[in-house]
Amino acid sequence: MKKITKTIAVAALGFVMATASSQAIAADSAKPIVIPTHNWSSQVVMAYVIGGIFESMGDTVEYVPADSQTVYEAIRIGDVTISHEVWQSTFGASFYNAMAKGGIIDAGTHAAATLEEMGVPQYVIDDNLCPGLPNWEALKNCPEVFATADSGGKGRWLEGPQSWHGDLMPTRLKALGLDDKYTVKFAGGADAIWAELASAKKEGRGIITFNWTPNFTDAEGFAFIEFPSYFDGCRVADGGDGACGSPKGWLKKAANYKFPKTHPAAYTAFTKISFTSRQIGAMAALVDVDGMSHQDAAKAWLAANENVWKPFTE
Amino acid sequence: MFDWWPVDVYDPDLEEYEQFALLREITRGFSSVVLFLIEFIREIFVGGVKTIVTFTSWEFIRENPWAVWPALPWTVVMGGTMILGFSLKGRGLAILAGIALSYISVFGQWEPAMQTLSFVLVAAPASVLLGLLFGILSFKFRTVETILMPLLNVAQTMPHFSYLVPVTVFFGVGDHAGAIATIIFATPPMIRLTLLGLKKVPEEVVEAALMSGCNNRQVLLNVLVPTARRDILIGVNQVIMQCLAMAVIASFIGAKGLGFNLLLALNQLRIGQALELGVCIVLIAVVLDKLSLAWANQQTDYFSDLGFAQRHKFSLIFAVFFALCILAAFLGQYIFKGGINYFYLIPHNQGITTEDFWQSGVDWMVENWYAGLQGFNRGLIVNVLQPMKAAFLGMPVSATFLLVMGIGYIVGGLRSALTVGGFLLFIALTEWWDRALITAYMTTFAVIVSATLGMIIGSLCAQNPFASKAALLVCDTLQTFPSFIYLIPVIMLFGVTDTSVLVAVIIYATIPATRYTIEGIRNVPPNLRDAGLMSGVSKLQMWLKIDLPLAFPHIMLGVNQTVIFALFMVIIGAMIGTDDLGQFILKALSDKQGIGNGLMLGLCVAFIGLAVDHLINTWAASRKTSLGLS
Repeated sequence: MKKITKTIAVAALGFVMATASSQAIAADSAKPIVIPTHNWSSQVVMAYVIGGIFESMGDTVEYVPADSQTVYEAIRIGDVTISHEVWQSTFGASFYNAMAKGGIIDAGTHAAATLEEMGVPQYVIDDNLCPGLPNWEALKNCPEVFATADSGGKGRWLEGPQSWHGDLMPTRLKALGLDDKYTVKFAGGADAIWAELASAKKEGRGIITFNWTPNFTDAEGFAFIEFPSYFDGCRVADGGDGACGSPKGWLKKAANYKFPKTHPAAYTAFTKISFTSRQIGAMAALVDVDGMSHQDAAKAWLAANENVWKPFTE
Repeated sequence: MFDWWPVDVYDPDLEEYEQFALLREITRGFSSVVLFLIEFIREIFVGGVKTIVTFTSWEFIRENPWAVWPALPWTVVMGGTMILGFSLKGRGLAILAGIALSYISVFGQWEPAMQTLSFVLVAAPASVLLGLLFGILSFKFRTVETILMPLLNVAQTMPHFSYLVPVTVFFGVGDHAGAIATIIFATPPMIRLTLLGLKKVPEEVVEAALMSGCNNRQVLLNVLVPTARRDILIGVNQVIMQCLAMAVIASFIGAKGLGFNLLLALNQLRIGQALELGVCIVLIAVVLDKLSLAWANQQTDYFSDLGFAQRHKFSLIFAVFFALCILAAFLGQYIFKGGINYFYLIPHNQGITTEDFWQSGVDWMVENWYAGLQGFNRGLIVNVLQPMKAAFLGMPVSATFLLVMGIGYIVGGLRSALTVGGFLLFIALTEWWDRALITAYMTTFAVIVSATLGMIIGSLCAQNPFASKAALLVCDTLQTFPSFIYLIPVIMLFGVTDTSVLVAVIIYATIPATRYTIEGIRNVPPNLRDAGLMSGVSKLQMWLKIDLPLAFPHIMLGVNQTVIFALFMVIIGAMIGTDDLGQFILKALSDKQGIGNGLMLGLCVAFIGLAVDHLINTWAASRKTSLGLS
């Protein structure tokens, strides 16, 4: 009973003060900015880093776990305010699908040049398992190095789930004339790829997987295969024959369309936020290599890199 | 559906009106109530500002940084649970609760565990109440039952992934969405068991109640429901299990807590940490289950005439304990260095951990077993799985129909043939027929292996009462233990192949087959076994001629559950990498027509399950009648 009375008293007091104060500040709303966390380290650390930047500006933030594909629908509706890691080839489709329905805006691009491409762990090259790599033509000579139990003697490309790039890799295999020596297997998610990489490393066996940079695998070394270089219109979807590698991709930021109005200062800072590959890699390494928790890693990064993030807020 | 009946809603942030569908506004109103409840319970355990915000505003919090609800020290929660356990059941339950909660705290998982608990404490009672309500309604009104039953069947066999997107559209992203998805999943068994229990109440009991002058409400609440208690309690147990089994999947749409941390740990391949989190989930399930059971089994003592102190003995003890713990937490500030107060909360990086031990176990396994298992893996894929898959895919559509409907006709006549034919027709009319066949191939293989394994393990354990109890305990644990955890070690051993998916499926689907076999054989009437012994049967004869045939209908129910569990895990197997319906359901999460596609694909999976369910149930029922068991 006492608690209830207290709550009511607090509520009444709060109401008076809130009405008094709402006129005073015309800047950012005190409502929390909702930042999604997904299931990979750099994204979670960066969520806490960006949250820390917002907090330093006096904003309230809230973190909500979300699936990395469904999050764009949530941003569109307004349940989540921002997304700070929109990878071109993995989430581009979801992002633009949500944009077509209205409600989500493009809040600028990170400085980080990303690459999402098939590749091999560094030891495959160091141990010379397939001489000539990372040039793609070398693949013609050693499919058996990359064969698995279910690949029927061919080499296997372990691609991400179909939801990431559809039939991009199978068509590329065909266009490069590698389809009689290689086959594509779609993994169920990033976890499956990491598990295969870890297992392959223990055995020192050859493996070709889809991967991206910046990523935690950069620390141990990962070599992307050098395919014929990308040019506009080389992909099958754009009318080409598909015999080309991936372009250097972008890493965008997305926001709900109300964000600029409700939190003008935070939105301005958010559009200025731009991390490089090295900075993102360093954030992920604090967790994946140094074994910190995500929150602690973000705090450590913010403390050590004030000169990087302070300018965003000005 | 999202454009029906648009209404103008004023947005105070933008200071303008926006148009939203009325339906969406209603569901949003509902979700804010759910969210408030979750936040309220959560802040009792871990503290925060959301509850205060509900009664004030975010501006108020900004102006008044002191207005934060303090968390209860973990010692209070643990002591409180122990006292509650003691008052309900006695020392055993108190010790169990104490061990479970101190494990969670000492391992540094307190905060995520309480976050999970807070959403379970909303989802589970809601599921129980909804289940009771609909169970009673369908008991009272035949029409409700006929409408509800098919819906329940679909809800129970539909993969969760397929309704995650619709839930986020209607209810948003966050703990409330997770709780609502959990409620959708956990309510059906409660409805079923309530209805089953009520139907079993003998006519005489109701008549006696009427003769004593009970009105309708009294008959229902004081006579029918208490008499049906046994089945209703099994329902409660199922609800709790399902709620915690959903902890991981709910984190896909915003539920905080153990489930999300588990997914993060798995993404970093930290199996040891994931395992510890999984154990926390199981412990919460066990404690909640035992507490709710003890609470429901409590007898009201109408005759004792106790003084105030005696009546409120436990509340008083708790009050004293509460004060002591607060004092300890207060003093703890000064005792412990470094800003960490172990009497208040043990942070995640300060708890003890056995992670390295498990991690090295997994590493050892991969290093020593990988090479040996490759031969097996290759043999299985080349000689069994690939031919089987080819056979499933190669069969003409008409032949598949003929086969399945033929089985239906043999088992249950024309009616069954048409029912399963109808399910099949739905799948054939979608564009995913061949995908459904791949799902069917994996499920079939897994069910054959799991059912065989389960029946053998179950039969062996059933020979001894102690072994049966232990095996049932293992079944309970494995059922709530998040299945995601073993996906990673399995991939490390078998790669991204069908073998990995099937191994994971078999681990999970063997649980019900084992459980039902044990229960079935333990329930064989002892006089029949005695009669057998007197006629001089050997152990093998006893098993083959007496135990198995008599337990058969019950075992078939187990096989039925095995099929459902297997389907469920084959779809989760999409996380490893498959090319069946599950992969398309995952893909639908990011598609343009994702919602529609996801639901259609979910229905395809549900209909495969329902067709098998129908065949097995019909068969088991006819066997029961011919054995004179029903």
